[in-house]
Amino acid sequence: MSHPQNATVFLKDKARAKWHDDTLWIVREKRDATIHLIPEWEQLRELASQIKDHTLSKLDYYLEELEKNATANGIKVHWAENAEEHNQIIGKILEEKKCKAIVKSKSILTEECHLNPFLEERGIEVVDTDLGERIIQFLKQPPSHIVMPAIHLKKSDISDIFHEKLHTEKGNVDPVYLTHAARQHLREKFLQAKVAITGVNFAIAETGEFVVCTNEGNADMGVHLADTHIACMGIEKLIPRRKDLGVFLRLLARSATGQSITNYNSHFRSPSPGKELHLILVNNGRTKQLAREKFRNSLKCIRCGACMNTCPIYRRSGGFSYGSTVPGPIGSILSPGIDLKKYSTLPFASTLCGSCTDVCPVKINIHEQLYEWRQEITKAQGSSLKGLSMKLANGIFTSPLAYKISGKMMRASLKTLPNSVIYNPLNAWGKGRNLPELPTESFKDWYKKNRNEQ
Amino acid sequence: MKNNPRPHIGLFIPCYIDQFYPNVAIATLELLEKLGCKVTYPLGQTCCGQPMSNAGFESDSEGTTSKFISDFAHFDYIVAPSGSCVLHVKKHSPKVEKLKKNQEHVQSNIYELSEFITDVLKIDSIKGSFPHKIGFHASCHGLRGLRLASDSELNEPKFNKTLQLMKDLEGMEIVELTRKDECCGFGGTFAVTEEAISVQMGKDRIADHVDKGVEIIVGGDMSCIMHMQGIATRDKDNVQLMHFAEILNRVIS
Repeated sequence: MSHPQNATVFLKDKARAKWHDDTLWIVREKRDATIHLIPEWEQLRELASQIKDHTLSKLDYYLEELEKNATANGIKVHWAENAEEHNQIIGKILEEKKCKAIVKSKSILTEECHLNPFLEERGIEVVDTDLGERIIQFLKQPPSHIVMPAIHLKKSDISDIFHEKLHTEKGNVDPVYLTHAARQHLREKFLQAKVAITGVNFAIAETGEFVVCTNEGNADMGVHLADTHIACMGIEKLIPRRKDLGVFLRLLARSATGQSITNYNSHFRSPSPGKELHLILVNNGRTKQLAREKFRNSLKCIRCGACMNTCPIYRRSGGFSYGSTVPGPIGSILSPGIDLKKYSTLPFASTLCGSCTDVCPVKINIHEQLYEWRQEITKAQGSSLKGLSMKLANGIFTSPLAYKISGKMMRASLKTLPNSVIYNPLNAWGKGRNLPELPTESFKDWYKKNRNEQ
Repeated sequence: MKNNPRPHIGLFIPCYIDQFYPNVAIATLELLEKLGCKVTYPLGQTCCGQPMSNAGFESDSEGTTSKFISDFAHFDYIVAPSGSCVLHVKKHSPKVEKLKKNQEHVQSNIYELSEFITDVLKIDSIKGSFPHKIGFHASCHGLRGLRLASDSELNEPKFNKTLQLMKDLEGMEIVELTRKDECCGFGGTFAVTEEAISVQMGKDRIADHVDKGVEIIVGGDMSCIMHMQGIATRDKDNVQLMHFAEILNRVIS
């Protein structure tokens, strides 16, 4: 289904849609409150943007530096051209370790690569240890938001799921009670897993280390209890120097949730004695995006989700309406690069209001890229019906006479047509809105009568 | 102002204002004249091409853009009562190579009405009386595109060029909104292609004003106002919508 169809369905449950909108707006407000405590906020954004621009301009150099330094630290570095290779690499490591159960902390990259179904088909139990991820895993749903994966669910929904899966009391919606149940359940899984998989928020070329940011400490818990740690990162998750990290850590949590910093910022540099540490560098279309000049800087994204929280469309249609791994405004400029046809309605799921661009901590010009994708999509689609009407419009607007005649005809016909035609259910404007009251004459006619200078 | 002691202003009236809202165009013209400007409305003008470009047909709007440049290039300034259309001409209209110099002139001398009055005419505020409780609708293209006001996303000093002009109006109360600059959901073809969300956004925006007892929602873009007015009329909301040019032209002595 297209985005408009999904959004229409989402909005049918008015109370729930309003709750979703309000919930995410609260996150946006928390973000606003915290950024105003940082007088240098806009300079931080500019600095972060420049660091990322610089890194992307020398991505090959910094990736090789990362590989060299990480290898020297004892990390086993792997390169994956695409999702399939990424999954194969992990599959092979697990086979070597004879591992049948893994724990995973939140990683949108592994969602992008569809790692869970890949492993499950091979008889490996995958347990997502982030609370929100675990909840949606019980429902066999993908995340609806990249930072708050279960944001589409209410407390009562979670209570029902836990009652079924974890045998909690029916109807008990107390978050402390429910979290405690999840904690007990996950503790067992942590203790059993020999291999832990994590994502990567920032990899530092200079030192060959990487940083994982979580609020629940689940990445650390998994990694420290397991013998093998596999970290997966998109090749854009790179920064040149350790001293650059502070810029991004200050921006990330504030933009994401309004916290001044994530609770756990875990640095991984070398494997513990007797253990293994793997780092998989994944391309999966990123170099293609890098080659598209207009869309290159979408790769600056640090996955804070602020553009989703602020987007009036995301808030009123939900993450699933986009049908892509990364939803919302940033997803709508990343996804068409992966599959232009499949995601062709996403760049149009925006009023181009520009709020996403102004909240973005690394200053990605998201709404301008949405506009640019529209141009690409219509070119790829050739002359569709909309294209023809637009060509016709250009013809009308190029000629003052044609414009005058069509304007007059429009005003005249709108006046004579019965309301049943104008407010036909097929007329999308008239479904929920009236048309403006029609004046007897256009400004142009008035001007000719009232000003004699021409 | 420019070297010319009384610069010549080309009045750009967006096509839907010409057809649906002649009173807003008249108010704009009269206001500029009352402020001492020499204003001409080029009769051949049609549309800036924005509807086509935003729908993804920027390349098809070259003819419309060339026409716009030819109509307006000989003026010192171009002024329009619409942030959205001005933004389009300034930033998004396709480059027309053979009219390069004229296009550059047009793009660097086109202004939205309130920014023209504050930034070019250097008028701080308009004096008069308007005893009403108003809410301000900050249209996105004017707000985040032309930066006619500070927005809620950035950490920057607060300003608002349109409200600055209205700040001294006697008896007028400006209501603080809960979501001070959320989009109304018009978005050009978005209003039709994403009808459900578009209407919901409009309803939400109006409710924010109505809940606070706003009598008149004041804005600077008739496209947003047309959309919200359409919903307010349908839903029988007890609120009026107006372009700020109509208010300023009415109160100015």
